[in-house]
Amino acid sequence: MKNRWYITIEKRPRSTVLHLKGLWRLERIAEIELSTLIRELPPRRPLVWDVSEIEGFDSAGVLLFREWYEKSTTLYDEVSVRGYTPKQKELYLLLSSVKGENLSPKERGFFEGVGRKLFNGIEQTVAFITFLGHFFATWWSTLLHPSKIRWKEIAYHLHQSGWSALLIIGLTSFLVGMVIAYQGSVQLAKFGADMFIVETVGISITRELGPMITAIVIAGRSGSAYTAEIGAMKITEEISAMRTMGFDPYHFLVLPRVIALMIALPLLIFFSDMIGIFGGMVASSMQLHISMTQFIDRLYEVLELKHYLLGMIKGPIFAFVIATIGCFRGFQVSDNTESIGLQTTASVVNGIFLVIAFDALFSVIYTEFGL
Amino acid sequence: MIDDICIIQVEGVVTAFKERVIHQGVSLCVNRGEIYAILGESGSGKSVLMKEMILLLKPQGGEITVLGESLTHIGYQEAQALRRRWGVLFQFGALYSSLTIAQNIEVQLKEYTSLSLEMREKLVASKLQLVGLSAEVGRLYPSELSGGMVKRAALARALAMEPQLLFLDEPTSGLDPIGARKFDALIAELRNLLGITVVMITHDLESIFSIVDRMAILADKRVVAEGSLAEVLDSTHPFVERFFKNEYSQKRLKEKVEDV
Repeated sequence: MKNRWYITIEKRPRSTVLHLKGLWRLERIAEIELSTLIRELPPRRPLVWDVSEIEGFDSAGVLLFREWYEKSTTLYDEVSVRGYTPKQKELYLLLSSVKGENLSPKERGFFEGVGRKLFNGIEQTVAFITFLGHFFATWWSTLLHPSKIRWKEIAYHLHQSGWSALLIIGLTSFLVGMVIAYQGSVQLAKFGADMFIVETVGISITRELGPMITAIVIAGRSGSAYTAEIGAMKITEEISAMRTMGFDPYHFLVLPRVIALMIALPLLIFFSDMIGIFGGMVASSMQLHISMTQFIDRLYEVLELKHYLLGMIKGPIFAFVIATIGCFRGFQVSDNTESIGLQTTASVVNGIFLVIAFDALFSVIYTEFGL
Repeated sequence: MIDDICIIQVEGVVTAFKERVIHQGVSLCVNRGEIYAILGESGSGKSVLMKEMILLLKPQGGEITVLGESLTHIGYQEAQALRRRWGVLFQFGALYSSLTIAQNIEVQLKEYTSLSLEMREKLVASKLQLVGLSAEVGRLYPSELSGGMVKRAALARALAMEPQLLFLDEPTSGLDPIGARKFDALIAELRNLLGITVVMITHDLESIFSIVDRMAILADKRVVAEGSLAEVLDSTHPFVERFFKNEYSQKRLKEKVEDV
């Protein structure tokens, strides 16, 4: 107990005097503990708080003093204070109406939480449908007046989301192509069907893996960027500023991003297909000793154009999903910084999930039509 | 209350961003217990100077001493200790947007002291009361407050650690005239009550006439005048002439003299 630095008790025959001393400041008051001390004073004797020896105080110290002073008035009959300065009294009076209240946000019950989640989900769905409606209205009006298309913004986003992504897409696709060829070659070699590695790599890359890998990388790369950009603009009220100037954010922010990504993604998928097949080619020449010329000759025979086209068709649709989700999430950012992070995460997670869901849908459709 | 010990001493500070020189030998002294204003045209480096005082920027040359600590070679531990002894009110509040007002005020108490929850709640309530906000405001988030309330809440947060020194960046900017005067009165009251020293950047003539004890005028990359209003008015520097000797200031000044 460090109490003795802050208080000494003087027991007189007719009264008890508590001499307060030292620094009654915020950084010290955790050391002052009077609860046992105050109960063990001689009962039925007037109690005097002498504060004249206090060397320094602040409002935290005054609050602490008030707490114990008031407690002592309930325990003892006669309590008085002496030796205070006018300033101490002023501060005491100012703080005398302070009540400690629990000001933390109200906790939610289980059912309230579930209810809120449900309504939140409905709200988000409605908001997304509204967003899409607004988007298509803007799209339509732009198609009617092609001169209004923001070519400069589209070019900028083509560069940002397309050209700048080439390296990472190339690297990922190359590795995936190699992995497919390696895994396939082990199984095919068992049957002596080495040459079928060309079908395995060629068809799986063009139909499925190329589009999917590209879309997933782009959802992580550009979807998140769109959300963060638009979200930051929302927090700094730039979007409100645009609206007041008559610049429709859908026209200036959303449309260029969506159009740019719908152009960029198919091009990236083409690139990914090429590099992926090349990766498979490298791996099969290493593993199965199929020369590159053999590989390409066989590729001409087995890889029908339809496989490539069926993969390519997915491009604009994936792009549309990623870009609209990214922009929508950006607009959903509310006015605190934490929500940028939450919305960006949601943007990427939703984007990737929807890409995979749409891919599954395409598979079903292709199979049903026997493609 | 005002004794002549420099609680902040700035000596020959030189600041430059790349080739652009902002300060070329700025010197000033803030006395304990006074309300000290830093004035100057926009771009004269007022905010930069304040940032240097609160360890957000390092000057290229010169020496700054705050609360007896020289900032030039201050170690990490000393700097952290020093940071708890001052409060800063940023121009736009800079309240943490993901925390409620009460949590904003409480955050340092929670991190740096071992006070009980009950005591922390009391301290938060006392700070809210001190700046004239109702306890209910503590439950709200910064985005739910008006501009004036944000300033008050940010002031409450700046006061949370019972600082000896308070830095205010344009405390009355963005407030309506009545709100601004109330804020001035609040600052003066806090100074009188808690005995803190206040350093503020301001353009507000009313604040300068009513609550500021001493001031420094930054112009031409240095302090061209320092002292009380009367002392500063003796200066013949063009900025002082423009700022104080226009029609409006003259009229207000006359009123002030008559009041006294």
